[in-house]
Amino acid sequence: MAGSARLEYLLRLGDNALILSQRLGEWCGKGPALEEDMALTNTALDLLGQARLWLSLAAEEAGDGADEDTLAYLRDDRAFRNLLLVEQPNGGYADTLVRQFLFDAWASLALRQLLGSSDAAIAAIAEKAIKEVSYHLRRSSDLVVRLGDGTARSRALLQAALDTLWPYHHELFTGDAVDAEMLARGIGFDPASLRDAWLSYVRDVLAEATLTVPSAGGWAPKGGKQGLHSEHLGKLLAEMQVLPRSHPGARW
Amino acid sequence: MSAVVDKPSLDRVWRWLAEVPDPEIPVVSITDLGIVREVRYDGDQLVVTVTPTYSGCPATEVIAASICSAMAARGIADARMETRLSPAWTTDWLSDDAKRKLRDYGIAPPVGLAANEQRIDLSRLSRRVPAAPVVACPRCASTNTEVLSPSGSTPCKSLYRCAACREPFDYFKCH
Repeated sequence: MAGSARLEYLLRLGDNALILSQRLGEWCGKGPALEEDMALTNTALDLLGQARLWLSLAAEEAGDGADEDTLAYLRDDRAFRNLLLVEQPNGGYADTLVRQFLFDAWASLALRQLLGSSDAAIAAIAEKAIKEVSYHLRRSSDLVVRLGDGTARSRALLQAALDTLWPYHHELFTGDAVDAEMLARGIGFDPASLRDAWLSYVRDVLAEATLTVPSAGGWAPKGGKQGLHSEHLGKLLAEMQVLPRSHPGARW
Repeated sequence: MSAVVDKPSLDRVWRWLAEVPDPEIPVVSITDLGIVREVRYDGDQLVVTVTPTYSGCPATEVIAASICSAMAARGIADARMETRLSPAWTTDWLSDDAKRKLRDYGIAPPVGLAANEQRIDLSRLSRRVPAAPVVACPRCASTNTEVLSPSGSTPCKSLYRCAACREPFDYFKCH
């Protein structure tokens, strides 16, 4: 889907929320404890609501009869613009938690930048979403500390998840031409400018959790924002889209 | 015919809206919750502006349908709903009456003001977490309570337990 930079930008914001919501929804009924099952699905619900707001705005920008549903259900994987981090498989509970923590810290910073967007519609969604994401970040940070500074087993599981997912954090701070145009128009922010604040916060929490921050450098996969995804996204979409694809126009 | 019938005054419309219950917590109305932000006429069409509580709250669509059917039942066939996101909904907008009704219903109302709780340092993220609010049990009023689960049965609630009367209860989160 080739479109305006604003459309690309809105798809990135919406797809991050949508794909992470879908991943968290996979935990429904399978959480390690009832409280966690509710927390994971409550977070999924918040993100789904945010995805609907972003994608509805994207659909307005796209025109051509698009709406939130056609964008969610009728695009192929190459048309999705989410970060690689959020499409990574749930793995075990530790993997899901670390993925959420890395994302929440980034989303909190990104939404704060968007509060000051010159685009009133974008600023309004950011204002709504940041209250919810702040709650998510508080929860994911607390759990990283409790389980990192927990038993030898919980600590090992968290450290392994951190080591596996760490390479994907680079993409959060890698800008491209779309980011540059959004920055120049006062709509968006420079992704690289968030890195220091993010690292500082993440390091503080990981230190409190007695976890080791993986070494700098190394493999830095990217491409999600441009539609080049890992093998995992296609399978996620197959499940998410099967009903509207098999029964076009189906209604409840 | 419609040209000669006076449109109901906006005051009347507000009173009617005050009778539309929240679909999840029917003891409070949509005006008690502070989600109706504006009522006006656009020509002959009534426009009700509402703001969602949580982005993903499934009650939002039910509320829109309830508003239109409540207006139709009172003779306003031409009504539409507009959504306004900013300023974002906050529990600070709950009326005192709403808080009393929640308590009587068995749900502890929000403690404190979100405006104070959520003041965010924009320069830097911080793990400085505000002290957990002291929530009084809606049944026995004891403040000897503890959180069981920060996420509850709906996005707006947490699950608590009273250590005095041993009953679990919902807490309407400060948001």
